[in-house]
Parts: sequence; C-alpha cells; structure tokens
Amino acid sequence: MADVSVAPSTAPSDEGGALLSLRAVEKHFGDLHVLRHVDLTIARGEVVVVIGPSGSGKSTLCRTINRLETIDSGTITIAGRELPEEGRDLARLRAQVGMVFQSFNLFAHKTVLENVTLGPIKAKGVKRAAAKERAMELLDRVGVANQAHKLPAQLSGGQQQRVAIARALAMDPELILFDEPTSALDPEMINEVLDVMVGLARDGMTMLVVTHEMGFARRAADRVVFMDAGEIVEESDPETFFTAPRSDRAKDFLSKILPH
Amino acid sequence: MDGDYLERYRSLFDQFDVVAAFWVNIQLTLAAGLIALVLGTALAVMRISPAPSLRWAGSTYVTLVRNTPLTVIIVFCVLGLWGQLGITFSDDFNRNFFWLAVLGLAVYHAAFVCEALRSGVNTVPVGQAEAARAIGLGFVASARLVILPQAFRGAVAPLGNVLIALVKNSTVAAAGSVAEASGLMAEMIEFRPDVILAIFFTFAFGFVLLVVPIGLATTSLSRRWTVAR
Repeated sequence: MADVSVAPSTAPSDEGGALLSLRAVEKHFGDLHVLRHVDLTIARGEVVVVIGPSGSGKSTLCRTINRLETIDSGTITIAGRELPEEGRDLARLRAQVGMVFQSFNLFAHKTVLENVTLGPIKAKGVKRAAAKERAMELLDRVGVANQAHKLPAQLSGGQQQRVAIARALAMDPELILFDEPTSALDPEMINEVLDVMVGLARDGMTMLVVTHEMGFARRAADRVVFMDAGEIVEESDPETFFTAPRSDRAKDFLSKILPH
Repeated sequence: MDGDYLERYRSLFDQFDVVAAFWVNIQLTLAAGLIALVLGTALAVMRISPAPSLRWAGSTYVTLVRNTPLTVIIVFCVLGLWGQLGITFSDDFNRNFFWLAVLGLAVYHAAFVCEALRSGVNTVPVGQAEAARAIGLGFVASARLVILPQAFRGAVAPLGNVLIALVKNSTVAAAGSVAEASGLMAEMIEFRPDVILAIFFTFAFGFVLLVVPIGLATTSLSRRWTVAR
C-alpha cells in the first residue's frame, strides 16, 4: 500500500485543543430517552471508542454529530463552531466530518471510483482529474485500487467497507465517525477493515468509533467511553477500562462480552 | 361472399387514412409523455423534499389531478382554456386542439408518473440518502445524483404502465376535437356499417401493436437496469 498522508495538513487553533465537544445533549425518540445529558470532548488527533450494550444510544450519539439525527437540547461544537441548522452551512460541515456506516451505504449505481470522487467533485468543487488521482491513491491505501471500476455489489463486504473509508477520506475530513463499521461483516473480513482503521489512527486522524471490537479499542483507542441507557457511564483509557472498570454496569457488560 | 367481404374491407383503406390517424395518437403520446415525465419528476422531487410546503403542494396536485376523469380535464382544456380564456398554442386551428389535448394528457399523467417514481424512490435504501448527505451533498444534489438515478431504474416497470395507459388514453383527445384513431373509428363505423366487426378489430389490433412492444421493452429494461445491492 502506498504511503499517503490522510491527516489534515492545516490545524486551525481550537480552544484547548478540542475538535469536537458535546454539552448537555438530550434526545428523545417519542417516549424513549435515547441521550441523557451527554457531555463529551474529543481533542484533535484523538481516537475515542464508544462501547455499550445495544440500545444504549451509541449509534444515535454518532449520528447526531453530523446531524443525521437532530437533538432536543444541548450544544454540539465542531472546531469551535456550533452545528448549523439545515442548509448550506450544514452541508459544508458534513463535508468536514466523514462517516462510515455499518451497512457501508456505497452508492449502488456508481463504480467504486465514482463513489470516492462524487463528494470531492460535487460538494467541494475539486477538478475531475485531481479528484480521480486522489481517489486512486486512497483506494490504493485501503488496498482496493484494483477494484476501482467495479460496482459495489461486485465486492466483498470487507472491500466495500474499505471503499467507504476511502470515500470518507477523500473529503479530507477533520473527524471521521465510524458507526459499527465491522458489525455487518463476516468474521474473516473484520481485520482487513480494522487494519485500515488502525493505520488511520496512527496517522493522527481524529476518530469516534462505535464498535464492539475490543481488540481495536486496545490497539488504537486513546480513550474508551462506555454508554448505557443513553448516558455516558464511564470514560477511561482502554487498559484501565478493560482491566479495572469502575462502574457495576461496565463490569456487567464486560463480563458478558469478554472471552471466559 | 368471403372474397366480397375482404374486398369491401380493403376498400376502407382507400376511403380512410387509418395510419395517419394512429400517427396522431403516437404524436400525442410522445409529446404528452415527455412533458408528463418532466412534470412528474418535479412533482416527485417536491413530494420527497424536506420542505413541508413543497410536499403539500405536490401531494395536493396528485390528489386533485389523479382523481379527476381525464375526459373532464381534456374538455376543460378545450372549453375552459381555449373557449373561455382564449389560450392558444398554435395559429393552425386543428394544431391548437392537438396541443390543448397534449397539455391535458400531460397534466393528468404527470400525477401517475410522480407516484410511479415515488414507488421507485421507495426501492432506494435510506442509507443511500444518508451517505449522500454525509459527504456534504444538499437535498437537490442528493436527489439528482444519488436518489433519482436509482429510483428511475427501480420504477421502469410502473413507468411503463403509465406509458401504456397514456397510449390508450390518447384516444380521449377525441373529446377535445382532435382527429385521431378512435374518432376515425367512430366515423368509419358510421359510414361503413357493412364491415363493423372488421373495423373494430383493426383498431383493437392497432393499439395492441403499439402497446405490446412497450410492455416487452420495459420488462427487459427493468431487468437489465436493476440496481444490484
């Protein structure tokens, strides 16, 4: 794989180094209180893994950050600017925040290469040739350059997810959100995706990763955030979290998922 | 007797220009179909847009127009738009009726094109729209580049049904004083009652000939254009 830098080249000055900050975020789905007073700060270059039982609000949290879900109250600030309402400003912000979905969501009618170049050309106004060249570099980096002219349905799940990562990288995002990126993959394909993600983390990309992959958390995370029933119960470095969790809820959760 | 009947049937075609009449239906279909496709696409975009006012306008149009008989719409175009309001599309007297009928057919079928396209939009997983938004595309760009291209491919068969209905509904233009196939059939039956059955079957066969290829084409296209997921 070619050595292509993916970290943002310019680092605007943020107060206290916080790239993303959530303050007192609340959200309901009808009667269900999915996010309860969530406070979370992510520094530039930090890799934060969010874990927790299903239905704990991790995916919703991830999706509020680029406003695929709206919030009821609280504030979300990215690089010092509050998340805009709908419209052009929101589109511009989304272009700075990459997102990788559980079900890949590659554009089914476009080739792998077109999937990666669409955003840069149409949302950022990059010249076609330049976008193509950059896309090929990124596809090479995630190891699927030889599939560039195929349609997504012709690729394996692991390959599709790596294309999705390349698509997010092509926008030169300041932050990438990963919403359970390996949960829809067959077991033998999980590592090829995690390897790409570990590489990104090493290159200094700021990442928020919702995942059940404890191995990834241990290898790449700076911090683990444990959520349950819509609230952040515990935050610590991975080693502490996995070996000495403080809360009963985290202990209970870990006892269910860690190998006996 | 047999030879005599065939001879009388053949003489019909010296007396009446059946092919020219069908050609008018084909022209009505092509012109109205094209306008209905554009208008129906715009309506479908309105109905899936994030703006409540546009969604309301789109669904009101569809509800009103879809539930009004086509004959009423075409008669309104002629008697209302031209007769009352004096709207003309052509200096040629007959050509003007043709375009009024095209307008009525297009307005009516646009509602059905809209609904066919919306069924196509429903074949596109919501994740496609989310992914489009996540890379910074606005609603219009997402619709144009991601949603509609897949929706059209998912809607080929229902759009084909709308086109088939349009071919046959083009005969309603007779109610708007357009000289087309069904009008000619009525005229022929009036003047040549000796071969009524043959006249009837001729026109029935003519429409089957027009419609069957559309059905075959849309079936094969919808299979070929299926978006693999």
